Amino acid sequence: MIRRLFHKPVAVVSLAWIAILIILSVLAPVIAPYGPQDQDLAHALEGPSRAHLLGSGVLGLDVLSRLLYGGRVTLVSTAISVSVYALLGVPAGLLAGYRGGLADKIILRLSEVAYAIPGTIMVLVVLAIRPGDETAAMIAVGALAAPALARVVRSATIALREELYIRAARLAGLRDWLILRRNVLPSVMGTVIVHVAIFATTAIILETGLGFLGVGTRQVTWGEMVAEASHNLGNQPWLLVPSGFVIISLVLAFGLIGDGLRDATAEGYSIRQTSRARGRGNKPARSAKPDRALPNKAAANIPPDPPPTGPETGALLALNGLTITFETNGKPVTVVENVSFTVAPGQMVGIVGESGSGKSVTVAALLGLLRGTGQVSAGTMTFAGQPFDLSQTKALAALRARRIALISQDPMSSLDPCFTIRYQLAEVIKANTPLRGTAVGERVLELLRAVRLPEPELTARSYPHQLSGGMAQRVAIALALAGEPDLILADEPTTALDVTVQAEIMDVLRSLGKAIILVTHDWGLLVDLCEKGIVMYSGQVVEEGSVERIVAQPRHPYTVGLLRSNPYFATAGQPLPAIPGVVLPPGRWPVGCHFAERCSLVRPVCSEARVALTVVRDRPGLTRCLFQDQVAAQAADQAAAMGAALGAALEIGVQGTGQAAGSQP
Amino acid sequence: MGRVIGRWFITAVPVVLVVSMLTFILASFVPGDPARAILGASAPPEQVEALRQQLGLDQPLPQRYWDWLVAALQGDLGRSIQTRGSVATELAGRVDVTISLIGFGLIIITLVGVTLGLVSAIKGGWLGRVVDVASLAGLAVPGFWLGLVLVAAFAVAIPIFPATGFVRLSDSPGGWAASMALPVITLALTGTAGLAKQTRSSVMDELGKDYVRMLRARGVSQRRIILLHVCRNAGAPIVTVIGLLFIGLVGGAVLLETVFVLPGLGSLTVAATRAHDIPVILGVTLILSIVVVTVNLAVEISYALLNPKVRA
Ligand code: SF4
Repeated sequence: MIRRLFHKPVAVVSLAWIAILIILSVLAPVIAPYGPQDQDLAHALEGPSRAHLLGSGVLGLDVLSRLLYGGRVTLVSTAISVSVYALLGVPAGLLAGYRGGLADKIILRLSEVAYAIPGTIMVLVVLAIRPGDETAAMIAVGALAAPALARVVRSATIALREELYIRAARLAGLRDWLILRRNVLPSVMGTVIVHVAIFATTAIILETGLGFLGVGTRQVTWGEMVAEASHNLGNQPWLLVPSGFVIISLVLAFGLIGDGLRDATAEGYSIRQTSRARGRGNKPARSAKPDRALPNKAAANIPPDPPPTGPETGALLALNGLTITFETNGKPVTVVENVSFTVAPGQMVGIVGESGSGKSVTVAALLGLLRGTGQVSAGTMTFAGQPFDLSQTKALAALRARRIALISQDPMSSLDPCFTIRYQLAEVIKANTPLRGTAVGERVLELLRAVRLPEPELTARSYPHQLSGGMAQRVAIALALAGEPDLILADEPTTALDVTVQAEIMDVLRSLGKAIILVTHDWGLLVDLCEKGIVMYSGQVVEEGSVERIVAQPRHPYTVGLLRSNPYFATAGQPLPAIPGVVLPPGRWPVGCHFAERCSLVRPVCSEARVALTVVRDRPGLTRCLFQDQVAAQAADQAAAMGAALGAALEIGVQGTGQAAGSQP
Repeated sequence: MGRVIGRWFITAVPVVLVVSMLTFILASFVPGDPARAILGASAPPEQVEALRQQLGLDQPLPQRYWDWLVAALQGDLGRSIQTRGSVATELAGRVDVTISLIGFGLIIITLVGVTLGLVSAIKGGWLGRVVDVASLAGLAVPGFWLGLVLVAAFAVAIPIFPATGFVRLSDSPGGWAASMALPVITLALTGTAGLAKQTRSSVMDELGKDYVRMLRARGVSQRRIILLHVCRNAGAPIVTVIGLLFIGLVGGAVLLETVFVLPGLGSLTVAATRAHDIPVILGVTLILSIVVVTVNLAVEISYALLNPKVRA
């Protein structure tokens, strides 16, 4: 991290400037043209001249020479208080964070007290007691600020404490202090240096302040030179310039180092932060042409995918050719590639896939709600007969809540913690319906009853943190219903909930009678709730068809693997076979079949060109595999066991409980 | 709310006690004899001894602290070594100057800083960079130097404001405003950009959160999301920052009162420091620590008002 600092020109210049000031002050007796108290009465209070390069003060004291000598005081004083600050703060923080207990409590209390003490006043107290003893004053400055540093180090240490490598080191019988020095200290060093640099700025300003007040040392200081300037504002305002310049430039240098280091520590994080805020509108980049976002090598001779299954006309939603890119290190990386599907009115469609398959991003794009740098680079949608270009988020905003509603994965964080449920529901109702006045309040309770909350009045009065996860998700569903939409996008709506609550939430969703796109990695939910299934892998649809067909007769090796590895269909007493290999990250997808690396049926031809979706031979459905017959043969081995499991699953589904205890991997 | 105040009380009382105790203990290490210092080197020893007894200097330290504390609770902070006048009276005559300097400074900083931070978080672009640069400048430029530059510019070169001196509000409201203008502006200039930067980062944190995205998904207008939801959520950390800023401004005020020759607590502290006037120093630290913990209470209360989790 320190090394990264040297790649920042601003930080390098700052470090160099500090070094120059230190060297100049050390060499002051050698290079200063005059002594600090040499008078030149003939040239008192003059601007820069040949004799006095930076002008002269009262009695003709040479400004340049005095600056050189004055730097010694400021730099030494700063070094003193910074050392005290670090030498007290770091060990105390390490101790508190690593040991916890009493040490921790004492240090926290101390920091609370220290926060409440104005440093300048305490320093003046010290100087009242020890007149002119600037060293004592600067030690006090460091000591007063140290608890704040201890607090920072403490948090960093606590965060590290549980980390594996430290635990491993502890097990190996190393002494605590050795662990602290070897493992913890290097990791917290970055934070410490940032704080030291920031503290140095405070220390310098304070020290010059003492000089200005004339309560510090008796030697010449930068602060004293400002004071001298203040007495001669009328006849020689120039005197403010040299002293001000050295003080400000020194403080600035430390400040810039602190800023640079902080950025170096949190580089990735801050980039994400800014782009997130800027990407709010998700405006499509003018330059991002659809074909540029596809893997370049594959761009040529793409065999066209056949139209998705389902009704062409009369579909509620028809998605066509959705391609989404995210920006990584300034380059667009495709995360979703040419996805198409349809949803009929009232139909329940499930999208399954491992995390990273692009399923959540796909749904977010339907409402123009991609996070961060996400952009739709191609894709259109027909919703209720109306065409939409998915890269134009403005138009999509009209669909939100009133036509298409979204339920997110984590119900709690989807609610604003500062407002009551009643307020948040009423807000959405007023934004999307003509209801006003008391009708709004009635509608709030009606919605809460519709999601089967037992005490709608009480829930309405509650704040989000007072709800359980299950209640919060019901509230989130109520919020989704408030705009009376035709389609609900449920993005892993039960992942954060425990199994019994999951089943209840699913019941609620089923009872709504609305079209739903359910995003999940859970076959149990898919089988329970959906008619139509879409399997996604690495940004592509790899299989599509009725859930019943997909489960009983999968025609893509990935689907086969997913089904086999899912506890929902497990045969008791047999280990779950996982799909070998890992999901390739976006940007590293091959030209040919995305699944080739993990596929047991792979042939050389699979990796040659882009594999298109093809119609499943004997049943309605689509698969993105060149060897569906072989897949069928392989799947037949499991068919018997699977059939039995499916039968059981569908039965449970009909009973409407979905209590598939094993359905959560 | 009662719990918030209760919790504050548990911290505030020790803080005030610890600060005064610390000062008292430090003060007892004063080299030389305060009684001798008061009476001068030529005073006869009997007279010095009599004064020592009168000042309680012959008592052990804990006894002396206890006596001081009991007297302080009754509003008696002893007598100044310099003026021989009552410290409490002296402080009472000056506290309003310091409070109005810091108070007006803080109001300007809050209004301008929060607005600037909010706008720059939402608009981004060049305004964000301006805030970044300005906050660095605010960090680097010492208030006392900036004050002098402003005096040189707007009192000496272009005489709009009086350079120094103080007019009481009761004497002339116009004169008072003119005499306070430059100090308040200086104080505000040093803190505004820093607060703007903090506000910006809090607001941007909020904008990245899930609930903002979901509010958008639920068809709530961008205006409402920002002015109501984001502002309220970002408010709590900003209030904390304002509280810390206040403590920083106390330090700044000490120097600015000296620059502008304002008869406040700061210039009194400086004078007392130079003159070794321990009773005055003790009094100032007591008053200021009470002011600081009171501000902390205000912070805690507004925090609780903004955040229902704390309130519960
Ligand atoms: S195309 Fe080839 S590699 Fe891809 S899933 Fe089918 S058999 Fe496996």
